[in-house]
Amino acid sequence: MATHGNILRRVLLARVNGENLWFRVLVNGILIIACIAAVYPALRIFSVSLRPGDRLLSTSLAVIPGDATLANFRRVIIEKDFLLWLWNSLLITITTAVTGLMLAATSAYAFSRWRFHGRNAFLVFLLATQMIPAAMMMVPLYIIAARLGLINTYRGLVIAYSVSSVPFSIWIMKGYYDTIPGSLEEAATIDGASRMYTLWRIILPLAAPALAVVFLFNFMSSWNDFLLARIMLQKPAMLTWPLGLQRLQDQFRTEWGAYSAASLLLAVPVSALFLYTSKWLISGLTLGSVKGD
Amino acid sequence: MKSLTGVIIGTSLAQVGMTVAALLAGVVALEVLVWLVAAKVLRLRNPLVPMLLAPAIVGLAALVVVPIGYEVRLAFSNMSLRRFRNPDFGLVYGWNNLTSIFTDPVLKQTMFFPLFLRTVAWTAVQVTFHVVLGLLLAILLNRKLVLKNLYKILLVIPWAIPQVISCLTWRGEFHYEYGFVNIILKAVGLGAVQWKSDPTGNWVAMNIVNIWLGVPFMMVIALGALQSISKEYYEAAMIDGATGWRRLRSVTLPLAQPILTPAVILGVIWTFNNFNVPFFINEQELETSDILVTALFRAAFEYNLYGFAAAFAIIIFLILFAFSAFYIRATGALKSVRG
Repeated sequence: MATHGNILRRVLLARVNGENLWFRVLVNGILIIACIAAVYPALRIFSVSLRPGDRLLSTSLAVIPGDATLANFRRVIIEKDFLLWLWNSLLITITTAVTGLMLAATSAYAFSRWRFHGRNAFLVFLLATQMIPAAMMMVPLYIIAARLGLINTYRGLVIAYSVSSVPFSIWIMKGYYDTIPGSLEEAATIDGASRMYTLWRIILPLAAPALAVVFLFNFMSSWNDFLLARIMLQKPAMLTWPLGLQRLQDQFRTEWGAYSAASLLLAVPVSALFLYTSKWLISGLTLGSVKGD
Repeated sequence: MKSLTGVIIGTSLAQVGMTVAALLAGVVALEVLVWLVAAKVLRLRNPLVPMLLAPAIVGLAALVVVPIGYEVRLAFSNMSLRRFRNPDFGLVYGWNNLTSIFTDPVLKQTMFFPLFLRTVAWTAVQVTFHVVLGLLLAILLNRKLVLKNLYKILLVIPWAIPQVISCLTWRGEFHYEYGFVNIILKAVGLGAVQWKSDPTGNWVAMNIVNIWLGVPFMMVIALGALQSISKEYYEAAMIDGATGWRRLRSVTLPLAQPILTPAVILGVIWTFNNFNVPFFINEQELETSDILVTALFRAAFEYNLYGFAAAFAIIIFLILFAFSAFYIRATGALKSVRG
């Protein structure tokens, strides 16, 4: 494809940028080393999960062991509580992502469209809540939950998770609503539509990308939570997957194969989802700070 | 062994369904109440605004404001596992909690100030590494590369994996004999390290894991910042004869700084509050690897000193608050909020 002229121009351009061949090799070399450092520890999960039961403790560094087997996957699914943990996590996480989204989508609309007393103070308060260490909230939450009989219930976690991402979600949603021109609502009002009808039928469909980001963000943050679940749940039948994995990796009798197989089954879909959506997640992260108004 | 049975599915669905139904009923009741007050009693022109805000406000009040208030109350009590049902409240208990934070060991041996300094060192080391390595990788990536997209995906993987899994896996890989870290160290002729039981080894292990975890975020933010810098600045700098280093210092860094500053503040807060890494990597519960938040967790849920832990939590929050207020004032990072 590249003609001689093209190549010449590119070489010249590279010269201008001070990038000769050796520099390019160096850049790519550093990046490849960084990639290996980033990926190899993750690949270890994969390789340990494929090892047969008697060779779990091995000093081999190979990614795919010579005698790879899927026995660990069978074992973790059939003999361990893996499916139970997955079910608990999915049930709690999806419920809370939806309720959290509804809370944020409605109140963010008010912040975007109206100026009222205490609006700015409230927005700053929402940001300030992000500074509170999660560990700090654990003591009062635990004691309140214990007093109300919410320990070892889905109820307690569903309520707690629903609200925990609301401040951040409101900021993202507000930032996005701000980019939707108010003339749309004016037109709808002239046509006789109520404000709620307009929000439901016109604004929310337009805000679908932001809704997706907020849903994903809520989903990820409760899906990956360890601390609150650790405090609220103790009964084996109630465990979410982070607690289950921790039990599999017990200090004295770690079941490496089962642990790695379970980790792989959990990590691959979530990581893939994250990588696939990271562009929007990251734009959402910066949206709140850029679209200040 | 509790496997996933139909009974469990049924009861869990019923419980979650009931919870959602109760929440919905609560929201409806709240909306009617707010509407009555706003439209009929206060005769507001636009009752929709309080109605839209009410559910979120009630939720945040119940799960943020009330717990913090309760925490302040607990800080003035001697609540512990033994005195869980009938703790004593009073100024004297608050004073006792406060003085014991600074004069007694927070856990068994570690005093508050060494713990605090260790947390500051942890935060400083981590954020420095995150920013330097993240910026370096971003600068390397910010050019035409054949494999650019592949590099980007692979480098983000540590961020994409659920943190609990990364931490537990890394912990396993610090095994003296079978973990890959020691296997590699031995292969290149260095000695194996006791990553789990040696205080220094464990501290280094914690730092390795968290650098691995934290660089991708900074890299992504830095790359976004670099891409927002117009090429014309570099052309102008080159015409003026600026070298590569000079261009980095005088063009790249100043222009990337507005985007990097909020990321650095976030990084400091996240690292200071990082629970997962120091908690999981420190498998043998060495006190020398605890930072403030893990010590807080242990005081509360392993030693069950709830009153003491509440006071301790408030002190930690005040430290963080002072830092943030100072930093925000110094950099004007919250200017965009005023609207």
